[in-house]
Amino acid sequence: MLLRKTPDIRSSEITDKKLYLRRREFIRAASVGAAAVAAGTLGVPQADAAPSWPRVKIPAFAKTSYGTGEKPNAYQDSTTYNNFYEFGTEKEDPSNNAGPLKTKPWTVKVDGLVAKPADYQLEDFIKPYALEERIYRMRCVERWSLVIPWVGFPLANILKTVQPTSAAKFVEFTTLFRPQEMPGQRRDVLRWPYVEGLRLDEAMNPLAIMAVGLYGEYLPNQNGAPMRLVVPWKYGFKGIKSIVRIRLTDRQPMNSWQLSAPSEYGFYSNVNPSVDHPRWSQARERRIGEFLMRPTLIFNGYGDQVASLYSGMDLKKNY
Amino acid sequence: MSVDRWIRRVAKPIVFAAALLPLSLLMWSAVHGELGADPLAKITHATGDWTLRFIVITLAITPVRRLTGWNWLISFRRMLGLYAFFYGSLHFLIYVIADRFAGLDFQNGIWVWSTARALAASIWEDIYKRPYITVGFIGLTAMAPLALTSTAGWIRRLGGRNWNRLHRLIYVTAVAGVIHYWWLVKADILHPAIYASLVAILLGFRLFAAIKRSRSHRQPVHARA
Repeated sequence: MLLRKTPDIRSSEITDKKLYLRRREFIRAASVGAAAVAAGTLGVPQADAAPSWPRVKIPAFAKTSYGTGEKPNAYQDSTTYNNFYEFGTEKEDPSNNAGPLKTKPWTVKVDGLVAKPADYQLEDFIKPYALEERIYRMRCVERWSLVIPWVGFPLANILKTVQPTSAAKFVEFTTLFRPQEMPGQRRDVLRWPYVEGLRLDEAMNPLAIMAVGLYGEYLPNQNGAPMRLVVPWKYGFKGIKSIVRIRLTDRQPMNSWQLSAPSEYGFYSNVNPSVDHPRWSQARERRIGEFLMRPTLIFNGYGDQVASLYSGMDLKKNY
Repeated sequence: MSVDRWIRRVAKPIVFAAALLPLSLLMWSAVHGELGADPLAKITHATGDWTLRFIVITLAITPVRRLTGWNWLISFRRMLGLYAFFYGSLHFLIYVIADRFAGLDFQNGIWVWSTARALAASIWEDIYKRPYITVGFIGLTAMAPLALTSTAGWIRRLGGRNWNRLHRLIYVTAVAGVIHYWWLVKADILHPAIYASLVAILLGFRLFAAIKRSRSHRQPVHARA
């Protein structure tokens, strides 16, 4: 005879198996959390276990031969070690503070010396251009560097569409000014909004791109969503983020860092190991993730494609 | 337990351990890979920050003592001052390793005699050429004789008056430390400005006290005349 014995433990009291199997993970998360709270009070940064921002894959883009052989940095490096003063001046500030930035809808104003000035919706603006992936080295003026697989399109495509007039000599870019969502703009660390510029022939160079993504995904806010400039032969600060305005002009634009410290940051800001920053040498750089520094290359190693832009120019004077 | 014994047996060990906490946390975070993408920069900045914090705390002892009458605070001054030197030395050591050593080109390999020479030359060139390094190095160097003469034996040997005079070098360190920080930031001067105000208040207090003292010394002379 079979006796039906009631279990001593009700099923509701039994820990869910999935949770049980994850108990170590939970303990680790809890102890890391506790330590992070302790560390936070002492000013030590906390590492995020998983990104707090949405990661959205870009459905279609072409691979290119740009950067073949380069080993990209880890996604975590490129998305948590950022200079984007609109969100704070510490490297981890942008990834911690950029979450609330709304990038939809996004309007890009194109004006100045162009045949077709207009306020473009981002989608309409980008749609005509085929996206491609390019792996570029990025050298910061602060002596560190990263290798980042960008997804974007040549800046020249935009310029061809909007048709600069014959008087246009320079392109000026402006970043969004929205202190409610960009807490760094509530203090006058730089003159807001952030402004950058290129000579028209620099902007037309095939290396100059507008990036809308990295690592095959749309740009996280801290990397300059929804659209930013990437000019890999120049110091990183030339790569203006979250662009809302593109203006063609006949005068050399005054970029924000030049305005802030004209003896230290010029208009051109080409990567150049033989022109020191007044306060430090630019001869070497630390690739993020490495200990020994590497020699910095003239034009960040892109000289064969851009050096001709500057033939006959004194690069020490035009820093 | 008398107050004296309590300070020696309980309070001092607690302060000693607490002052090591920033270093322990830094090491813990480093081992667990929680210092972000550029841990060397983080460690350099953190040790520099703690050097300035300990300088400010050490400088605050005398004014706070004067204002509150808590004379027992003096028992902690040497330890806190030595911690300023300790974190300052760590800061310098990390700069030497992460900035100077890592920036050499090692043409003849790493572990050769020429590396030591190139390292020394590189440190010296940086101190000579870069004003913010120069002033930082002055600040650290000014602390060295203070650490060396921090013992009771040295106070006796120098005599209280001379010892006090020598130890005013900490004012040089404090000012140099603030300038060092101010000159190295790119645009955001908030943090160096905070340290500058604290140091200005703490040194201003001493200047004010000195003026008051010299006035009260002169007064009786005037009264006699």
